[in-house]
Amino acid sequence: MQLKNRSNISKALAIASCSLLGHSAQASANTEKPDDWKVDAAIMYYGEEDRVQAVEAIGNVQKAFGDESLLDMKLVVDSLTGASASGAVAQSETQTFTRPSGNGQYETASGETPLDDTFHDTRVQASANWAETLSPVWKTNVGVNGSKEFDYFSLGLNGGVERSFNKDNTTLALSGAYTFDAIDPVGGRPVAFSSMALRADYDTEEEYRAAFDMTRMAGSEDKKTMDMMLSVTQVLSRRWLFQANYGLSSVSGYMTDPYKILSQVDDTGTTQSYLYENRPDSRLKHSFYMMTKGALDAGVIDFSYRYTTDDWDLNSHTLETHYRYYFSGRFYGQVHLRYYQQQAANFYRPFLMAGDPLPEYASADYRIGDMTTYTLGLKFGQRLSGGHEMSYRLEYYQQNPENSGFDLVGQLQDHDLFPEVKAIIAQVSYSF
Amino acid sequence: MSRTIISIAIAVSLSACSSLGVEPWEKDQLARADMALDSEKLDLALDDHIYFSKEGSSGGRSLAGGGCGCN
Repeated sequence: MQLKNRSNISKALAIASCSLLGHSAQASANTEKPDDWKVDAAIMYYGEEDRVQAVEAIGNVQKAFGDESLLDMKLVVDSLTGASASGAVAQSETQTFTRPSGNGQYETASGETPLDDTFHDTRVQASANWAETLSPVWKTNVGVNGSKEFDYFSLGLNGGVERSFNKDNTTLALSGAYTFDAIDPVGGRPVAFSSMALRADYDTEEEYRAAFDMTRMAGSEDKKTMDMMLSVTQVLSRRWLFQANYGLSSVSGYMTDPYKILSQVDDTGTTQSYLYENRPDSRLKHSFYMMTKGALDAGVIDFSYRYTTDDWDLNSHTLETHYRYYFSGRFYGQVHLRYYQQQAANFYRPFLMAGDPLPEYASADYRIGDMTTYTLGLKFGQRLSGGHEMSYRLEYYQQNPENSGFDLVGQLQDHDLFPEVKAIIAQVSYSF
Repeated sequence: MSRTIISIAIAVSLSACSSLGVEPWEKDQLARADMALDSEKLDLALDDHIYFSKEGSSGGRSLAGGGCGCN
């Protein structure tokens, strides 16, 4: 391995010492020349019970140019099908809804949570990132990413600088990103709080179509996101490191979910109409993240905690850990545990009362309501010859939405308005 | 009394901070591929996408960004 004069001697020593230790280090020293390509690929299945099913394929290619430059390119393709909770409440009677396109209807049986079953999409996302080591203590990176799905387009730029101190034991990083998203919903953007037009209420198709069109606006909407992150990474000891991040994110533009509705119910809890939701057009988010990672004799372990808060009053706590154990030099098992708890956004309403004045903003999307989620995962990985690695991951994810203190009137007490969502994640990955 | 305790605590933590870290030749364990912060970057990217789509908050570990209209 050739190192240029300005390369950090400590890094050279670290790499040299690494190459003397352990099977994995030997394998990488033998196979990973600085100019080598590194490819990671994975295919993942995500399936919810009776709801969304997704298949996501992801490929990442990394190319090093000497010791100073690194190009990273990623391509993601995913396909989604299935049903998603519309926001309407379960009722004792069968409910009929107009599809978002206005073409056709779907029904929900009594006692069932209304799910919009027209949900299917394919997304393609590509990103490229260039990292450059400017000096032994300064690094920089720039990147671009874009994604396209049927009703959504996103383009983003990001960049960052990194400075190391204290014999490379402390690293300070500052990064930022700007993302522009354009949203062009199927059937047009709903007028905020307009009432869903139902075919059965009209004598002719023309009358229905005219009423449906009154609930829609022409043209697309956009959303702009500015992100900033300050990060400190500290080596604590020969085996432990610690990272702390502060993130600030400012979003402005269209954040309403055009496919979500709210039930407007009377005193008996019976739905009178379905209204299209409306969310604020700005959001300022803060995140605090701490992580520690340790190199064990026969494994690796990490623990992290994240706190997020924003001006929608949606606060969350996340605890997460991964523990890997090497059964042999070639085979490992890994456990993943995650606990997440969030407090509802201030405009979250599971339903609206027909007699009450309309609020400025409201959404019945359970994903911004009170909720606790759990993840339990297992992964097995196998090192193959030539530095290749194959791994399998199976995880169980459960969401437990909760009532944050809303009085359930009449028949709403007879139904489960906050049903659990259970999902399985299965993934196969290959690296070489 | 409490001021003294706080002063001692600050002094102790500062001295602890200055001694944090290791010498370059002691970084063998930290240089392991599985100790990199992005050692499982595809898993992390896929997880971020799932939780971004299914929960009300996102980001923290890295930049949250936009870029998805997922349900």
